[in-house]
Amino acid sequence: MGAVLAVVLAAAGCSSTGGKRAEERAAEAAEGRAAVNTPRWTFAMVTHSGDGDTFWDIVQKGAEQAAVKDNINFLYSHNDEGNQQAQLVQTAIDKKVDGLIVSLAKPDAMKAVVAKAVKAGIPVVTVNSGSAESKEFGALTHIGQDESIAGEAVGDELNERGRKKALCVLHEQGNVGHEQRCAGAKKTFDGTMQNLYVDGTNMPDVTASIEAKLQSDKSIDAVVTLGAPFADAAVQAKQTAGSKAEINTFDLNAKVATGLQTEKLGFAVDQQPYLQGYQAVDLLWLYRSNLNVLGGGQPVLTGPQIITADDADALADYTKRGTR
Amino acid sequence: MSGSTAAPDRLDERLVPTSPLRKLLGRPELGSVVGAVAVFLFFAFVADSFLQASSFGTVLYAASVLGIMAAPVALLMIGGEFDLSAGVLVTSSALISSMFSYQMTANVWVGVLVSLLVTLAIGAFNGFMLTRTKLPSFIITLGTFLMLTGLNLGFTKLISGTVSTKAIGDMEGFESARALFASTLTLGGVEFKVTILWWLALVALATWILLRTRFGNWIFAVGGEADAARAVGVPVVRTKIGLYLGVAFAAWISGQHLLFSYDVVQSGEGVGNELTYIIAAVIGGCLITGGYGSAIGSAVGAFIFGMTSKGIVYAEWNPDWFKFFLGAMLLLATLLNAWVRKRAEATT
Repeated sequence: MGAVLAVVLAAAGCSSTGGKRAEERAAEAAEGRAAVNTPRWTFAMVTHSGDGDTFWDIVQKGAEQAAVKDNINFLYSHNDEGNQQAQLVQTAIDKKVDGLIVSLAKPDAMKAVVAKAVKAGIPVVTVNSGSAESKEFGALTHIGQDESIAGEAVGDELNERGRKKALCVLHEQGNVGHEQRCAGAKKTFDGTMQNLYVDGTNMPDVTASIEAKLQSDKSIDAVVTLGAPFADAAVQAKQTAGSKAEINTFDLNAKVATGLQTEKLGFAVDQQPYLQGYQAVDLLWLYRSNLNVLGGGQPVLTGPQIITADDADALADYTKRGTR
Repeated sequence: MSGSTAAPDRLDERLVPTSPLRKLLGRPELGSVVGAVAVFLFFAFVADSFLQASSFGTVLYAASVLGIMAAPVALLMIGGEFDLSAGVLVTSSALISSMFSYQMTANVWVGVLVSLLVTLAIGAFNGFMLTRTKLPSFIITLGTFLMLTGLNLGFTKLISGTVSTKAIGDMEGFESARALFASTLTLGGVEFKVTILWWLALVALATWILLRTRFGNWIFAVGGEADAARAVGVPVVRTKIGLYLGVAFAAWISGQHLLFSYDVVQSGEGVGNELTYIIAAVIGGCLITGGYGSAIGSAVGAFIFGMTSKGIVYAEWNPDWFKFFLGAMLLLATLLNAWVRKRAEATT
């Protein structure tokens, strides 16, 4: 009886916009079959992502899309401890995969095991972090953003906006790339910049830490967070603390796009994670099928791309879909 | 079935000989061994590459890194206490060696020995605080855990200027220390890490202490009933401090392994691993309440953990489900342990 009523209600109260149905239509449109006739190779991707990370989810989506197109069996695994990530790379070598994609956030922990993969004849592409080590470790190409360059772009943008005192919020202790971003921003920024370390796995704690900082120093007029989810935490902290600081962030997600549109956020620095995953798989496929290598021995940069309110409208749909 | 052969009213029940089967059923690690066989067979069926020799080397390595810590943690739990600071203590130990050697420009071995002393001192601090304050070890070591997490980050940033230590790979003594703590042995084309040997040695040592020495009896006594143990003359304070020193010693070995494997230590790592050690000990048959368990069980628990964490990858499953699987396995293993123990006791 109740079920019948529910069905009747659902049918009567259809929404012609949004919801699950719109999502399904979009999925049908994106549903793909392999566009190539190369053999079915297996590529493994091992990253330093923690559990449930937005950024890496987008990277994975890009990689999966390319894997469908290139007829690739795509395996993804991740761990945020260097030793564990190295073990996961080792499992990929044990599996004798045809290609390997790794992120080098903790290069020293990955050095030996990546060398092992190269020695075993597995082509390696590094993504996201490790542009300095990629070549030395024997990888074909590095795809990502040079964190120092990205940081410098932030410093320039802050200068343009006439900011004087900025706060750089680091949410992942031990991530060298994050340190480079804040250092790069400090380098080009004419005002003063402080670092604030927060525990990225604990969102309320992030909000509280930023809040305390903004309350204790009213002269801070810009906050830079290093990941999209943390921008929202910073916005909340700003409201509670009654601060005038402009919130800016690295990376995009649907909420950041909306925040840019409503001008709650100043700007975002995107490094196009989708592209990092997509290109990594595609470049490995190109190498296996045609021995092509991109980049001429230099890292292939996917960022930084400064995104402001003007660009946010065009990107909103893609961020909702979870590919930007 | 009944194992007794004599009339119980004429002979003291403690003197009745038990059959070998009954002895086996009474072992704390029996349930986990059954579990390990089940997990092994399961992955052998679902993952093609799981049965390769090279994969076995990887699984054993994963198990050994955990097992080195799980053995002394199991002893500590039999002694009725916890150590929540064990995970970050591993990182502390590695940081101390690395930074001391680098800052003093000393032979790496000097840093390694200084690290041993400091790590043991932290273990002694845990034991001393516990026995002096009479607070639960859960609270004491939680405090140590938080303090160490802060010290790791704070000191590393203060001394090295970044969140990771500086490379010491080009310093004297590094190669010989690496050979001891992080070398790789190739047997029949398969690579085995030296940690596997450390692990087996520690488990053997812990088992010998537990079953063949007076200290082992004291561990069971203080974990079962500390007041009664004290009343019959067991040195409770010394025993508990000794157990914490054991955990610290293993943390030092693990820390040196991390340092000499990768030459650079990340200051923020190790948080959360203390629970993994406890899980391995519990899967291996240790009771959360103390007084019961075995070191061999902790090794089996670590092996199950290694098989699961890597088996999921070999089976090409989505890693999102890994933690769920781990939690389910923990519950199943513990239930199995409890069931086997009940059956063993019921046949008395």
